[in-house]
Amino acid sequence: MTATVDNLAPTPTVSASWLFSYSARRYSHALTLVLVAPLMLLLAAGFLYPIGRLISLSVMAPEFTLEYYRRIVTEPLYIDVLLRTLQTGAIVTVASLLLGYPVAFLMARARGKAAMIVVAAVFVPLWTSVLVRSYAWIVLLQRNGVINGLFIETGVVTSPLKLLYTEGAVILAMTHVLMPFMILPICNALRTIPAEYSQAARNLGAGPMGAFLRVTLPLSLPGIFAGCVMCFILAIGFYITPALVGGPGALMMATLIGQQTIVLLDWPFAAALATVLLTTTLIFVLVFRKALSVSKGMNSAN
Amino acid sequence: MRLFGGLLIGAILFFLVLPTLLVIPISLNDSSYIQFPPKGLTLRWYSEFLSDPDWRAATIFSLKIALSTTIASTAIGTMAAIGLVRGNLPGKALLQALSLGPMIVPHVVFGVALYLILSPLGLTGNFAGFLVAHTVLSVPYVIITVSAALERFDPSLELAALNCGASRSRTFFSIVLPNISPAVAAASVFAFLASFDEATVAFFISDTGGKTISRKMFEDIDFNLTPVIASVSTLLVAISLVLMGSIYLLTGRGED
Repeated sequence: MTATVDNLAPTPTVSASWLFSYSARRYSHALTLVLVAPLMLLLAAGFLYPIGRLISLSVMAPEFTLEYYRRIVTEPLYIDVLLRTLQTGAIVTVASLLLGYPVAFLMARARGKAAMIVVAAVFVPLWTSVLVRSYAWIVLLQRNGVINGLFIETGVVTSPLKLLYTEGAVILAMTHVLMPFMILPICNALRTIPAEYSQAARNLGAGPMGAFLRVTLPLSLPGIFAGCVMCFILAIGFYITPALVGGPGALMMATLIGQQTIVLLDWPFAAALATVLLTTTLIFVLVFRKALSVSKGMNSAN
Repeated sequence: MRLFGGLLIGAILFFLVLPTLLVIPISLNDSSYIQFPPKGLTLRWYSEFLSDPDWRAATIFSLKIALSTTIASTAIGTMAAIGLVRGNLPGKALLQALSLGPMIVPHVVFGVALYLILSPLGLTGNFAGFLVAHTVLSVPYVIITVSAALERFDPSLELAALNCGASRSRTFFSIVLPNISPAVAAASVFAFLASFDEATVAFFISDTGGKTISRKMFEDIDFNLTPVIASVSTLLVAISLVLMGSIYLLTGRGED
């Protein structure tokens, strides 16, 4: 059963054990170059070039200018959006951690049928389109939706509540989408802790809670860290869910960038906003790179 | 205490799974607005999905892109993984880090970047544009999955084959490839799903003449919320479940 977790897991993580491992160097440079050349070409033409053009557009329109960055910094609206994005990312990360940790714990310890159920419960949503899940939340939360229907039928409220297109809806739906990205690295970290450790703590007189808080929890910190970084960087770049379930009052960076591009056609400004979002993400990745690599995420076992 | 913990975890698991499975009864509901629990059952929304030319075009376009992306990213990613794991090129660490870039860079940033390049050329909604974009996004999954398999597989087996007089290519096809083929197959499934389900970049580089099923879904959820979306959602969930199961069969069984 344990194999299931590993084998379905490679998707969501940034970490990769092979970054740090080393195999016998038996392939010649020429052969290696031939093998990696298509990847280099793909990344250069399909990834680095477009992103480079985007960044250069934000400062060259058509001559060198920092006007667009000045606008971001001086207009309170844009600072607000950036701060709200970071704040939403933080709330979603904390919510995912609080809800995800017990699931990760069960997933790491369960055997047999129970393990199967937990693994399915984590992987079914992970592998389901974000659009399907956003749609599901709309069905649940809208004015004549499932939750309001239940509330009215059971007499909790008399008129439908406004649940959709609120900040709460965005946080709820994003937490739902990002929880698996929190659960998997924590589960992976928990599985590397030998069960004897907490047993030893119990034998030495610790209660179940004491053993958990003083042994298991600290040892799972690398997984918690990796999950949090992953969740946070994905959350601040999220486009689909906030665009569909969020209201105009809950504007996030990604949605703002989309609006500037598609609706207002203000490309240099959209480019500047995108560069700010990209830079923010990269700063978090670089600062917490250690956490991402230490945990080795879910891929190491794959 | 134990009971409370069990209930808590049960509730969280419920929270994880329920919204995804909710689309199934909704898709069968015999009513043109959303109703739960469903009153009458019908397959009408599925037949509406199948007979709508716009949905059909989007589905076929998505399938074409996803299949081509699968072939391209599996080939490019597998070659690169072998080169990165078994070779020792200068700048290897940089290339490895770079190859994970598409997973880290927010998709909205990548989408806008591609839109800025493709739009002036009139290439939005273009098959080749989608193929490149989705191959970039899928290739990290392939590299990670295949690299992991290569690392588990003892290189001394290759050395033994070479010592016994096998050529480099003979060694590859008789020793390396059979050993990593379950991982390559799993990687291709990941690549397919990554492309077929991809929504954010598709949002930016689609246009009216060429859009993927994700883009069509986004439009309809935003402007035209019909139960047809529930039937499409159910089909997407079913595809994911089948592919997930196939990965489990491909990689899960043989090792235990």
